[in-house]
This record gives sequence, structure tokens and C-alpha cells, in this order.
Amino acid sequence: MLLLVRNQLIKICAVIVSPLIYMNAYTVSKAVTCYHCGEDCTSVVISDGRNFCCEGCKMVYAILNKNGLCDYYAISQNPGSSQRIKVRENKFAFLDDEKISAPLLNYKDAHQTFITFYIPQIHCSSCLWLLENLHKLNKGVISSKVNFEKKEVDIIFNHAAVSLRKVAELLVSIGYEPYISFSDMRKAKPRLDKSKIFKVGVAGFCFGNIMLLSFPEYLGVNAQEHNLVLLFRILNVLLSLPVFFYSASEFYISAWKGLKHGFLNIDAPIVLAVAVTFIRSLYEVFANTGGGYFDSMSGIVFFMLIGRVLQDKTYQQLSFERDYTAYFPIAVSRMNSGVQQSVALPDIRLDDTLLIHNEELVPADGILTKGQALIDYSFVTGESMPVVREMGEIIYAGGKQVGGNIELLVIKEVAQSYLTKLWNRDEMNARKKDEARSFVHILSRYFTWVVLTIAISAALYWSFNDTSKIWPAVTAVLIIACPCALLLSNTFTNGNILRILGRNHFYLRNAQAIEEIGKIDTIVFDKTGTLTTSSNHSVEYAGDAITAEMKQQIASLAAQSNHPVSRAIVNYFDAKHVLPVAAFNAVTSKGVSGIVKGDCIKIGSRQFVLEDGVTEAASSTYISVNNKLIGRFFFKNQYRDNLYKLVMQLKWKYRLAVLSGDNDGERNYLGGLFGADAAILFNQKPENKLQFIKQLQQDGYKVMMVGDGLNDAGALKQADAGIAITDSANNFTPASDGIIEAEKLPLLYRFILFCRMNKNIVITSFVVSILYNIIGIWFAVQGSLSPMIAAILMPSSSLSILLLTFGCSSIAAKVLRLNN
Amino acid sequence: MSVIFLLLTASILIAALFLLAFLWSVKKGQYDDQQSPPVRMLFDDKPTNNNQ
Repeated sequence: MLLLVRNQLIKICAVIVSPLIYMNAYTVSKAVTCYHCGEDCTSVVISDGRNFCCEGCKMVYAILNKNGLCDYYAISQNPGSSQRIKVRENKFAFLDDEKISAPLLNYKDAHQTFITFYIPQIHCSSCLWLLENLHKLNKGVISSKVNFEKKEVDIIFNHAAVSLRKVAELLVSIGYEPYISFSDMRKAKPRLDKSKIFKVGVAGFCFGNIMLLSFPEYLGVNAQEHNLVLLFRILNVLLSLPVFFYSASEFYISAWKGLKHGFLNIDAPIVLAVAVTFIRSLYEVFANTGGGYFDSMSGIVFFMLIGRVLQDKTYQQLSFERDYTAYFPIAVSRMNSGVQQSVALPDIRLDDTLLIHNEELVPADGILTKGQALIDYSFVTGESMPVVREMGEIIYAGGKQVGGNIELLVIKEVAQSYLTKLWNRDEMNARKKDEARSFVHILSRYFTWVVLTIAISAALYWSFNDTSKIWPAVTAVLIIACPCALLLSNTFTNGNILRILGRNHFYLRNAQAIEEIGKIDTIVFDKTGTLTTSSNHSVEYAGDAITAEMKQQIASLAAQSNHPVSRAIVNYFDAKHVLPVAAFNAVTSKGVSGIVKGDCIKIGSRQFVLEDGVTEAASSTYISVNNKLIGRFFFKNQYRDNLYKLVMQLKWKYRLAVLSGDNDGERNYLGGLFGADAAILFNQKPENKLQFIKQLQQDGYKVMMVGDGLNDAGALKQADAGIAITDSANNFTPASDGIIEAEKLPLLYRFILFCRMNKNIVITSFVVSILYNIIGIWFAVQGSLSPMIAAILMPSSSLSILLLTFGCSSIAAKVLRLNN
Repeated sequence: MSVIFLLLTASILIAALFLLAFLWSVKKGQYDDQQSPPVRMLFDDKPTNNNQ
């Protein structure tokens, strides 16, 4: 009733509000958006009467228009991705090198080459359509097929007509730059294991048919039709063979693996029950005493396999095992007596001179020999500001050059670099023993002992009363009371929870991760890229009031520089038109100066602007006009939205900590946010982070680590639950137990609560299934368990568990408002 | 009586046929990408226009 009233109210509100919304929509649509990528245009480029945000988007449109592929824009609106950042010409020159490109190919014969490219930009049906019409753009392409879930495109091309490099450049020209990383060199891609699906199919087929063939006997067949009964039984035996020997092998393997490691997992009692059922049924059929329990056995195997398949849901587009190689490029440019050539990463030798272009990664430790280095280490060390390196200084691998080209002399090979060494530590290669940790196995062991006790008591009782009933009673107890209900409730709950979390863009590596997240009591955050956004830097102004004209002057000067602070200043003033700058002068790591509209403007460090000899930490940027100080900008970390709310929720229940590789400029803010109890540490190296987590674990805490960069990789691996954050901007995540999309971080608390419910749901449905078991055992100990009772009990208990687990977990998701 | 034998064989054979079809489709990767086929079938192939 209340719900009805509420719904009515909502409808009434909607009617009142809708004109307002329309008005809003109208004002919004007046802003000029790019026809290609849908982003707001700050400077408009017009072609064919359409608006584009940049030359890059216009170029893509021009190519598609020329080739009659403008359906691209009709299938979904503004389907492109922004082309504002240009891809460097010759970026894919390395593909001309056979030695580098050969491992990337799937197959090559005399006429055709098969290759798979990973293209992170794939997101809509337009992408799909365009990428499958590549042959219309270049006759050399024979066919192309998109795998949407993997974000991959399989291309077959005629290598006599077009080179691999040209194919890659074709993709770039239409705005789909393939992502090729060092890890692609090792072509051993894990194949999707489909054996479980096959086993489910076979078990389902056999189960259905056995069920059908068993019905006549349950319902009663005429005594004259004895032959018919025999035929049904023989058919049942035949149909049960594939179930027992093929489909159920899943459980034999797992049970045997457990036993080999001295561990009795849940599969062991299941194997026992399945084997006992099978043998007893065979005995009954051949001794001509009954029909056996083939339908119950195959049904159980079928349902348990479905549970396993549900639980093993994999996310094809995500990888939870990535190491640094997925972050590194496959090849870089090497200078060889003045000539550029591509070189594969493993072939970089000491004393090579590497040429690093704008936005490229430094693959090996080296000394800067030429150019101005401004290295963005945010992903590797957690420093939020790019670092200036002077000639002769060491540049560590993993940093990204921002600005012009630089050259460096290699002093350590890739495998020996600072960053790479982290992966050689034992912690990084130790695998968590996933299986042995689940509470389900412990529970199943108790359960097994109870069942064995009941079976032995029944045997003892009948040995005094009626010895002929020992065998039927004992086997019946083992058949009816196998812990398959526990397995079912566990796998189905896990499967549904994984699915609901996945729909909310929180992807877990496996079911065990749910349980681990439910157990944690401490959460450790990384700062850069996790609590803060990695892309947007923002500044705050303090000082004299600035006129609109002066704003434009300052922004025009700042626009000349590539430094993140300058760009943040341009954004801050929202400058649309750039004025010409005269006498522009940039001093590396100090600041910029120039004359705009007759005023001499300086932007930079205190030393550069005021020239009073005082050096200050780089957190503020001074501005002077005609040598008069007018104010300064504070560089601010841009924290993610709703972070405050999340921390407030978590603070009450969990120990919190922040580990940052950055300087302590944000100490006050973070201290206020996280409270006095939280440990907030700065200038943390990757090893420090790992040690910190280890120390917490030794003190008995269960730790969740939330991080994003390579510097967190060790900590993520060490933590009981390592959660990596992914931004759409960044398609690399270090190895972890879970991947969360950045905009969903505020939901973390609810995700954790949801994972905690997992155990409760499993235990609840297990208790319900025990009720069924008690009924079954009641018949079993008396030695009068007829196949029909088993055949009714088994599916009904399975079905009610299925409904219960799905219902409970869906209700829990609803309560936590996780349904979208 | 004998008609039951006939029906039995027929029904199991047909069921087995479907099982084989299922296994084959899984093996061929028909379920690998569940998002693109429903979209792909809606794309029209335009008649090739010589003017363009």
C-alpha cells in the first residue's frame, strides 16, 4: 500500500518536473558538441556544416565520408573517441620489423596474415560496424571480426597488398588505436576452458533421459512387461556411464588434488557419495532387486556442475594477472649513429641510446643525454606532479615523458630495472592458496563426520536386528546426506553475488575473493590515482582580484607551456581564445614569462617570479604582471567525488590507512578526513607499502588494499584482498583480486557489506537443506529409501536451495541499492 | 510393445542430436562473444553504389 502511494507521488512529481527537465535539456543542447566524439567543443572546427572539437575528429570524419562509411554516425550518436591527442607518426614503425611483429601474429601463410588487436576504445555498435567494414577502407584487408567482450578485433589481410604497419595505421586513422604491449610478445594466451560446459551438457542430457526412463518404474509397470523394465534399467545404466566417468570427473580431480596436499575438501565426501550411489545402483540392477538411484546421481552431478560454472564466471575483457609487461610498450626507438630504428624491449642493451617521444614510457633505467625531461611517475611511484630531470640525471623505468623528445643512455637492461626488480621478489610470485581457505570446506568436514556417525550407528543397530538391512541402510545414508547441498548453496550464492557485483562494475577474480572481502577489518588506500583522479589537476587562486582581461593574458601565456600546472591554470580561467605571446621564455623547472598585450607576465616558482632568493616547495605557483606580484596558485589534488561520504561510512567499522608515494603536501587534508586513528604515510616506496601490509597481517589484521598503480602491485598481491582501481583513461591494472571502476569507488562500503552477507546466505540455505536431509535420513536409516523418494527429495532440495540463494542475494542487493 | 522400442530409440537419438549440436556450438565458440551477434545481425548491407 505504502509502495503504491509512493509510486503515485513519484509520478506526480515527474509530471511537474518534466517541463523543467525539457528546458534544461534545451539549454544543454545549445552547447556545441563534437559530431564525432560528443565532447564539448572549446574551439570549433567546421566541416560539411558539422562541428568538430579538433582536427583529429574532423580527419576521421573526412576519411569515413570519403569511403561512404557515414552510417557510423547513424548507428549510435557521437560514437567516436576524442582525437585531441594525436598519435605520433611512425609510432607503429616497429611493426615493419619482422622480428618484433612475428610474435604478434596468430597465423601467416603465403597470402594471408591473421592478427588480433586489442582495441580499448571499442564500446558501441558503431565501433563494431566500422571495424567490421575495414575492407571498405583498404582493399588489402580481407575480413575483420570484432569480439566485443574482449574488445579485440581479428583481422585477416593480404600481406602482399598491405603491411601490418599499414593495418595498424589504418586503425589509428579512424580513431581506433590498437594497444600493443610488451606482454603480447609472449603469445601464450590462456584459452578459455570449456570442458566444464561440455560436462554440464552431457550431464544434463543423461539426467533428463534417465529421469524419463525411470518414471514408468516409479508409476508401476505391469508384471507381464518385465522385459520392458529390464530394458529401461539397462538404458539407465548406459546413460549413467558418461555422467559417472566423464561429467563427475571434475570432482574426482579436485578431491584428489586436495588429498594430495593433505587437505580434505568438500569434493571428497561428494565423490564418496557419488561412487556409493553408482555402485549400489549397479548392484541393484544386476542383482535384479531394483532400479537404482541413477536419476538422483546424475541430477546431483548436473546441478553441482551448473553451480560450478556459474561461480567460475570470468570477465574476458579483464585480466587479474597483469604484471609490468602489460604496461610497457613492445618496442622503442633506438638511435644508431644518428638513425632511428625500432628495437624490441628484450633487445635493449647497456649503453644503447633510446629516443623517447612525448607520452611514451621509459622502458629501462637510463641517463638523460638530450632534451628536456619532464617525467610523469604518478603510475609508478605515486608522485602526483611530473618531475623535471636535468641532463646527466638518472631516469627510472616506468615514467612517462611529457613534452618533447628526449634521449637517454641505458644503464640497466629492462630485466634489471628498478621497477622490474619488484616483480622478482618472492611475494610477487607466491600464489594464494585459494581453495584451502574457504569456510565451506571446514563445514563440510564436520558434516561428513556427522554423516559417518549416523551411518555407523545405523549399521550397528541393524547388525543386532536385521543384518540384511545393514547394506541398504548404510549406502542410503551416504547417498542422501552427501554435502552437495552445501556445495550447491555455496556455488549458487557466489555465482549470483559475482554477477550482481559485475553489473555494478566491481569485478572479482573468483568466488574466494568474496569471502576474503567479507573477512577484512582494515582497509589501506593508495593516494595518487586511487583517492585522487589521475587525469584532472586543479588549482586554486589566492591573491588580488584579477580582471577578465588579465585572466585572458595569463591564460594565454600559460597555454604556451605543456606543464600540468599551466594547463590547470588555463582550465581554471576557462580561456577560449588565446592571445599572441611575444618574447616567450621558458626556464625548465622554474617557470615561463612573456609579453601579452603589452604586459610582461611571469608564471612560475617563487624564485623565478620574485627573484628574492627564497626557495619554496613546489606546491604553489606565483604570478606577476610587470614585475608586480599579484597572487599565487595552489596546486590541489583532485579527490574523487563522494570520497568524503565513503570514508565516513568506513571509518566506524574499519581501521583505515593511507599509503602514498607522494610528498606530504596533503597531510592536513587527509588527516582531517581519515581521523586521528588512521595511519597516513607519505613518500612510501613500493617495498614500504608491501612491508606495511605484511606487518598489519602479522599483527592479526585482515587487510584490503585499494590501489591503482604499479607501485601498489606488491601491496595488492600481499593483501588479503587487493582491489585495483581502473579509470577509463587507463587500460592497465596491476595483478589483483578485484577490479573496481573508479566512479564506483563510493559504493565500496556497500560492496563490502554485500560480500559479508555471502556467508550468511550460504549457511541459511544449508540449514534449510539439512531439513531435507533429515527427512531423507529418516527413511535411509530404516533401510527403506526408495528410489522414488530420493528422486523427489533430490531435485526439490536442489531447487529450493537455488531459489533461496538467488532470492536472498538479490534481496540483499536490493536492500543495499546495488541493482541497476 | 514393439512401438515403445522404436519410440525409445528415436527419442534418445533426437536428444543425442541436440546434445551434439550444443557441444559443437560451444566448441566453435558461438557463445564466446554474446554481445556482438545480436547487434551484428541488425546491420544492413547497403547495395554498393558506384558513384561513391
